[in-house]
Amino acid sequence: MRRIGDAPAVKRLLIGAALVLSALFLLLPLVAIFAQAFSQGVMVFWANVSNYFTLHAIALTLGVALLTIPICLVFGVALAWLVTRFSFPGRRILQTLIDIPFAVSPVVAGLIYLLLYGRNGWIGNWLDGHDIQLMFAWPGILMVTVFVTCPFVARELIPLMQAQGSREEEAAATLGARGWTTFYRVTLPNIRWALLYGVILTNARAVGEFGAVSVVSGAIRGQTNTLPLHLEQLYQDYNAVGAFACAALLALIALLTLAAKASLEWRASRREALS
Amino acid sequence: MSIRLENISKHFGSTQALEPVNLDIHEGELVGLLGPSGSGKTTLLRIIAGLENADRTTPPGRILFGERDVTRVHVRDRRIGFVFQHYALFRHMSVYDNVAFGLTVMPRKERPSSGEIRARVFRLLEMVQLEHLAKRYPAQLSGGQQQRVSLARALAVKPDVLLLDEPFGALDAKVRQDLRRWLRRLHSELNFTSVFVTHDQEEALELSDRVVVMSNGRIEQIDTPDTLYRAPRNRFVFEFLGDVNHLEGSVHNGVLTCGNAYLNVDLPNGAEELLLRPHEVRLAEQPSDTCHLPVVVTAISPVGAEVRVELEADWLAKPWLATVRHADFERLEMKRGQHLYAHPRQWHRFNEHALPAAQATRVA
Repeated sequence: MRRIGDAPAVKRLLIGAALVLSALFLLLPLVAIFAQAFSQGVMVFWANVSNYFTLHAIALTLGVALLTIPICLVFGVALAWLVTRFSFPGRRILQTLIDIPFAVSPVVAGLIYLLLYGRNGWIGNWLDGHDIQLMFAWPGILMVTVFVTCPFVARELIPLMQAQGSREEEAAATLGARGWTTFYRVTLPNIRWALLYGVILTNARAVGEFGAVSVVSGAIRGQTNTLPLHLEQLYQDYNAVGAFACAALLALIALLTLAAKASLEWRASRREALS
Repeated sequence: MSIRLENISKHFGSTQALEPVNLDIHEGELVGLLGPSGSGKTTLLRIIAGLENADRTTPPGRILFGERDVTRVHVRDRRIGFVFQHYALFRHMSVYDNVAFGLTVMPRKERPSSGEIRARVFRLLEMVQLEHLAKRYPAQLSGGQQQRVSLARALAVKPDVLLLDEPFGALDAKVRQDLRRWLRRLHSELNFTSVFVTHDQEEALELSDRVVVMSNGRIEQIDTPDTLYRAPRNRFVFEFLGDVNHLEGSVHNGVLTCGNAYLNVDLPNGAEELLLRPHEVRLAEQPSDTCHLPVVVTAISPVGAEVRVELEADWLAKPWLATVRHADFERLEMKRGQHLYAHPRQWHRFNEHALPAAQATRVA
């Protein structure tokens, strides 16, 4: 007796199709990026990467990601806690609102921020009077990056916290634990893998974000240029090797992120197998 | 520590989960809250624990532990032990850490030294016979073991009262029996006041000093298991506490008639419904002058201390259940399809309007 769909021909066909498609659409472009980046030798690659403007873009990108992560972490945990541990009018609506950054095109998000916080915007006008500039400066980049990435942590946590329920936290309370102790010793250990996973996704998106950032940054070289924006400028300037060097850097960050995610998943599954 | 509830009620949105309730639980008592699902028993337990707040009413509801008014005291400061239905063990902590949790979160001033904590945890684990599993994680334990860890964890902080929510609900029959016996023994050894919730009548009657029967957010009766079973205050309690046979008919001049069946009763004329427990039905080969209730045996279950016999008749809306001693069973040579006559040893009737609500009369 063979299981349904287990015919050798079907199996080979499906595996073959999967391999060919993955190679064509995933692996080949990745290889091409590195091939292009190193096409004129390691020295030229290095020269492009160690260029002041590129280094500045790298620093800005990583700096924004570094600030985005804690903001999204706190926001995500608080939101997931609110939605899964309390019942209040508007809870459902809030749960839907979380997804807005996913639904809205990042460019639109950037434009809205520009409209609100730009010099001629409603809030921006007032801020300008107090000598505070958000748009076309790093705070603006940070704001739109946070907007675009804020659902990741909450989205990871909500289903998990819903499934786990609040019984363990109630048990901790009956045993005399205070709120912070309960969070630190009971809630956090239960959600830490989902939390890390959310952080990894947030980081990947924060580093790679282009659309929203391109609207609000102004792309001033050496000042408000992030790595993806810098890459695009190099490409427009016909500096293909420079562009691909930046692309290789971004790809490297992505690969590291994937590796971190895979290792987390592996550890989580091993933990599950143990218990 | 005694527990006293005064005028405690609870709404969830527009539904009333608990009508105003007054309840006194004495020091050292083991009290069962018994009722069908949705009767408010778990809500009541969670209110005692402080996991749920009672409604603000006038006069204000109060919860007293001994002389201490805990109505506005947070659950963490009530000094209770709570055993959850599905144990709610901390899944990422070992058995040892689970039991030690309540001690390690104490404020530094009150917290025992780590050596003392260790000694106390192992004493508790020994008491629940799990000291060899101290390093295991909850997922590696059976349901019964998890429940015992959960109990040890609750007892570690030396609670004033122990509250258990369907403590044995998720366990299989054999383990449940063992744990019940074990809890009873533990209770009489340590002599704490405990309240537990159950929907299992047998469990409530076997384990409790007194049982609180609840339905639809109301307390129907509070009594010892013995009184509860012999003198139920109303029809709900009677029907909830065991199998019931119904005899519906109309009374005319002291005779209750129902189709071709009749029974002499000392009751006023009118429609009447009598209730009988299975052991209150005697079976014989002949009717008597005062009682003519012909029945046919339709099913026999000889397993257990008594034989359970199912009876049908065209004058019965629902089949009756009778329990017969094995000796009588053999004497009557009972088999399926056999025609017999039922003789009530005793019957009950509940007139919901008139008082006293319950009567029991002896016949035959």
